[in-house]
Amino acid sequence: MGSSRGRSLVLFTLSTLLLVSVAGGFQSDELLQDDEEFGLEGGRPAADPALSSPTRPPIRRRPDPDLPSGSPDSKSVHFSLEHQFGGSGFSPAGTFTARLKSWSHGGQTLTKLRFSRNALTEEEKGAFERLLKEDGYYTIRVPSNVLNAPGRDFVVSSLRARCIPRESLDEHFIIHTDGVNIVAVNYGSAGACQYPRMLKYPAKWSFTSFTVLKNSEQAPRTPTFAEELLAGEDGLGEGVKPPEKSFWAKYWILLGNLLKHSGHQAPLCEEDDRFISESR
Amino acid sequence: MAIRAFLGLMILLLFSSTISTALFEDQVGLADWHQKYIGKVKHAVFHTQKTGRKRVVVSTEENVVASLDLRTGDIFWRHVLGKIDRIDQVEIVLGKYVVTLSSGGGILRAWNLPDGQMIWESILQVSASSKSLLYVSANMNVGKDNLILVFGGSLIHALSSTDGQIVWRKELSTNSLEIQQVFQPHDSDTIYALGFIGSSEFVAYYVNYKTGEVLEQSKASFESGFCGEASLVSDDVVVALDASRTYLVSISFRNGVINFHQMYIPELIPEFSGKATLLPSMHNGILAVDIASTIVMLRVKGVNELKIIEKINHPSAISDALPLSKEQQAFAILQHDESRIHYKVKFDTDLTSEIVWSREDGLASIVDSTTSELPVEKEGVSVAEVEHSLFEWLKGHFLKLKGTLMLANPDEVAAIQAIRLKSFEKNKMTRDHNGFRKLIIVLTRAGKVLALHTGDGRVVWSVLLPVLRKSETCGNPFALNVYQWQVPHHHAMHENPSVVVVGRCGHNFDAPGILSIIDSYTGKVHNSLVLEHSVRHIMPLPFTDSTEQHLHIVIDDNLHAHLYPKTSDSVKIFIDEMPNIYWYSVEVGKNIIKGYSLELKGELDMAENDFQPKELWSIVFPSASEKIALTATRKMNEIVHTQAKIIADQDVMYKYISKNILFVATVAPKAAGEIGSVTPEEAWLYAYLIDTVSGRILHRVSHQGAQGPIHAVMSENWVVYHYFNLRAHRYEMSVIEIYDQSREDNKDVWKLVLGKHNLTAPISTYSKPEVTVKSQSYFFTHSVKSMAVTATAKGITSKQLLIGTIGDQVLALDKRFLDPRRSVNPTQSEKEEGIIPLTDSLPIVPQSFVTHALQVEGLRGIVTTPAKLESTSLVFSYGVDLFFTRIAPSRTYDSLTEDFSYALLLLTIVALVAALLVTWALSEKKELREKWR
Repeated sequence: MGSSRGRSLVLFTLSTLLLVSVAGGFQSDELLQDDEEFGLEGGRPAADPALSSPTRPPIRRRPDPDLPSGSPDSKSVHFSLEHQFGGSGFSPAGTFTARLKSWSHGGQTLTKLRFSRNALTEEEKGAFERLLKEDGYYTIRVPSNVLNAPGRDFVVSSLRARCIPRESLDEHFIIHTDGVNIVAVNYGSAGACQYPRMLKYPAKWSFTSFTVLKNSEQAPRTPTFAEELLAGEDGLGEGVKPPEKSFWAKYWILLGNLLKHSGHQAPLCEEDDRFISESR
Repeated sequence: MAIRAFLGLMILLLFSSTISTALFEDQVGLADWHQKYIGKVKHAVFHTQKTGRKRVVVSTEENVVASLDLRTGDIFWRHVLGKIDRIDQVEIVLGKYVVTLSSGGGILRAWNLPDGQMIWESILQVSASSKSLLYVSANMNVGKDNLILVFGGSLIHALSSTDGQIVWRKELSTNSLEIQQVFQPHDSDTIYALGFIGSSEFVAYYVNYKTGEVLEQSKASFESGFCGEASLVSDDVVVALDASRTYLVSISFRNGVINFHQMYIPELIPEFSGKATLLPSMHNGILAVDIASTIVMLRVKGVNELKIIEKINHPSAISDALPLSKEQQAFAILQHDESRIHYKVKFDTDLTSEIVWSREDGLASIVDSTTSELPVEKEGVSVAEVEHSLFEWLKGHFLKLKGTLMLANPDEVAAIQAIRLKSFEKNKMTRDHNGFRKLIIVLTRAGKVLALHTGDGRVVWSVLLPVLRKSETCGNPFALNVYQWQVPHHHAMHENPSVVVVGRCGHNFDAPGILSIIDSYTGKVHNSLVLEHSVRHIMPLPFTDSTEQHLHIVIDDNLHAHLYPKTSDSVKIFIDEMPNIYWYSVEVGKNIIKGYSLELKGELDMAENDFQPKELWSIVFPSASEKIALTATRKMNEIVHTQAKIIADQDVMYKYISKNILFVATVAPKAAGEIGSVTPEEAWLYAYLIDTVSGRILHRVSHQGAQGPIHAVMSENWVVYHYFNLRAHRYEMSVIEIYDQSREDNKDVWKLVLGKHNLTAPISTYSKPEVTVKSQSYFFTHSVKSMAVTATAKGITSKQLLIGTIGDQVLALDKRFLDPRRSVNPTQSEKEEGIIPLTDSLPIVPQSFVTHALQVEGLRGIVTTPAKLESTSLVFSYGVDLFFTRIAPSRTYDSLTEDFSYALLLLTIVALVAALLVTWALSEKKELREKWR
């Protein structure tokens, strides 16, 4: 009885310690993942599984022990959104702000996108009303590279103006990035756009914007193969690693194993067993 | 244990199901045909041996070296060298070997003349930029070890003709020497090599044939320079062109003394203007000069005397001189005349000639193809024909019955096979119920349009388009595409369908375009015109005007759109539909894809009918990290049976079906070269699915360590692409399937009952798409030349991928193998659904080669067309060869096979009826007996 109480005490201490230590490691590694999330302005967080993990190069980032925590240099960048009503020229419509993180291996990623829309002027409002009447295109553009000064390529996107009005003018930006480059911007309505498109004026002449930043994802590969490849390369190159378990999953596995260990004196944890048998 | 047994059974079933799609030996040639070609001939060497069969050895623009029968034109043997292995020259050595020089003088091969087996191969070191010459001594004696000389730049290689060993190697000059002519005076051991150093110096070398020692060399420079062309007219005179191409320079080099003598061409030929070109040497004192569409033949007498023999206007080709006897020589001239070709043979003395055979070798260079239905069968077939065919029919079935019951003797078996192969049915010139008989209309590189019958591959008609020929208005015409122009449904009995051929006058995008409309049944050219604008893209629209002509938009170099046909009716239809017409252009060089709509500024001018583009969206790929490698779209005429896909547990997934999806693959710019030129870390591939109306990126995925060449095929809601995985050192195929989430709610039965579903609501591309994507990658052993997918009439039949392998065969791979939902241990319900357990690589079952034992040499394209029978798809693959067959991916579930024995069925029925009657009589008798008891 005494021994069992002692054992459970040890277990508790161990698990607490584990919790603390794992939580210590949590800071730099896991938080980064959070950082990849998008910034939003006034909108619901449109959770998208495709968002996280910038891809190139394929090396999974590990916190560099030499550098202080939050190692990647980050600086703020701005780039402007310009719009066009039908045939006229482009005029400034708002500003995107993002954090540009530079990694030690030379890669750069954009994170924490925020957007502030300029209010519509009377003139613009008139132009928009005209667009709504003739079912024209409302066109926007952003620079294809956030670092270079204006005067380079733009990525353009258009939407039938009649798709935008709801209560206010609801718009949805998806910005596909690749490092500091913007590959494309998808400009769309916040939901469905009925066809045939009806003429409808918004109750409020202001924009409600939702913005999402998207990086490309890695193509999935058969897990058995990924492990085989990893074993084959013998840790030389950082290949396609199996997806890392979340903190809680790891915690539960460890906790479970500890319990098992204390209960049955099992020499190996199940996970390890599985791994070994498969990597053979 | 039970599971294992079950799995084993499943695998066995799977294999047996794939095997059963293969052919039996006696089915070869029933539905398929194969035609062998060689392509446009560049060089020909005649082997005029006194005994045996006479041959001609040719090399062609398709890099084929072939030996043809001089009497019939049949191919004795041929070899297709690779695309990069261009043949420079062909010679016959020792009367028994064919020697080919290829890859810019880098590879010399010897082939056995009778059977085409390779005897030896030698790799030579030559500089890539220089022109190479092969020289084989004419007075070689059999038995003596004769040498083959290869001149490449300033290097001479002498190789033994028996084993290809290098006997000697000599560097003549360190400067930029270009040897132009090599010859050997009769009965001497000295070789004369004449050439230019730089652009202004003429040089003559006298080289010992046995050792390579330079006996003598003489040089002289000429102030105005040479353009680099020279023609040998006699043993001591060469005629060259000067740098401005307006002077002929005759150079005599007798006894090491070089003399120049220049002649101003306009003095010789008064109508000359522009620039002259020398044609290959005729060598009997005759010089051929090409001056702007006229060839002038000049006789050279001495150094400074040239006399015009003949002027030939607008010839398209002129042959080398062919020695007939000691003194006589002949050459041939080809001339076009509207739609015919004139072929003239000129002799020193007059002789008559006739065409013995001709080969349709334009079919080796097909650029595009389309299909056309055959005419509807007219009523009123004569009785005699029916009776005849009825008798034949009965006889055929009697024979087949014998064959089925294994009573036929070998002769009868052969007769059965002959009947099957020569089936009258399949070669008819009318439409059939199953839609197997069609016309394949092909467009060749030379601008010839041919119609092939799908039954036996014969050429039904052919026409050489006059508009696709060099003329003053159209300098360098070439054919681009062929499309359906008019498909009459309402007047199918008395109107013929037609096709439109699109071409361009030159390789630049700004060159004027060409349109030509041709009758699909007769090959008659209805209308031909050189357009005022250029042709960048041509888009067939899914609309037809009142005469059932398809509307086409031609986008010119300024991105303006022009509508064809130019009728008020079609313009009206077009303007009504214009707000819903979107198009895109892929600018590979700039790494940009742009989307446009069309708008009309001001009033429409009917003669011009010019519509302006309005840029709607653009996608800019970062040029530092991505380069567009390939784009693929769905076929416009593809039919999808249903949007719903029933998966395990009676669940439903909705395919995201849009005609506007564009698949784009980009690679790292560094990794755009050969496989293995970069490390896996430097190579990547991005795959995009883009909606071409809104410019939305629906899906974007990266493959690290992947490299091109990429091939892709898209159909329904999926795309399959093939690339090289540098990490795994293997080729890989990936599949992406895209599903619509917005229709997921419809699974609720109550919503369906209450009518609250959105199944009938129109889909707008401007709505926010709710899609999910499933993808998976598999290894694939072969590298791929071309990929296609089967197409059926209603889209119900499961699909097969048709893969043109590196061995020039077509492999049919079930799409089920490329299902992203395959898992290592499929559940019971997934197995029932037909999901195959996950494997690392895709299986290649030898029996699933559509081309069975044949090869489609130089395979370039695979085209599939649906037949009327839902189960069957017609497959036409082309390259240097042509191959046609029909395949049934899920087997012919909707028809009886052709060799089905109706007679046996009839016999069985008769026997059954007889048995019925007999048993009935017996039972009646028995019943009567029972009653009397």
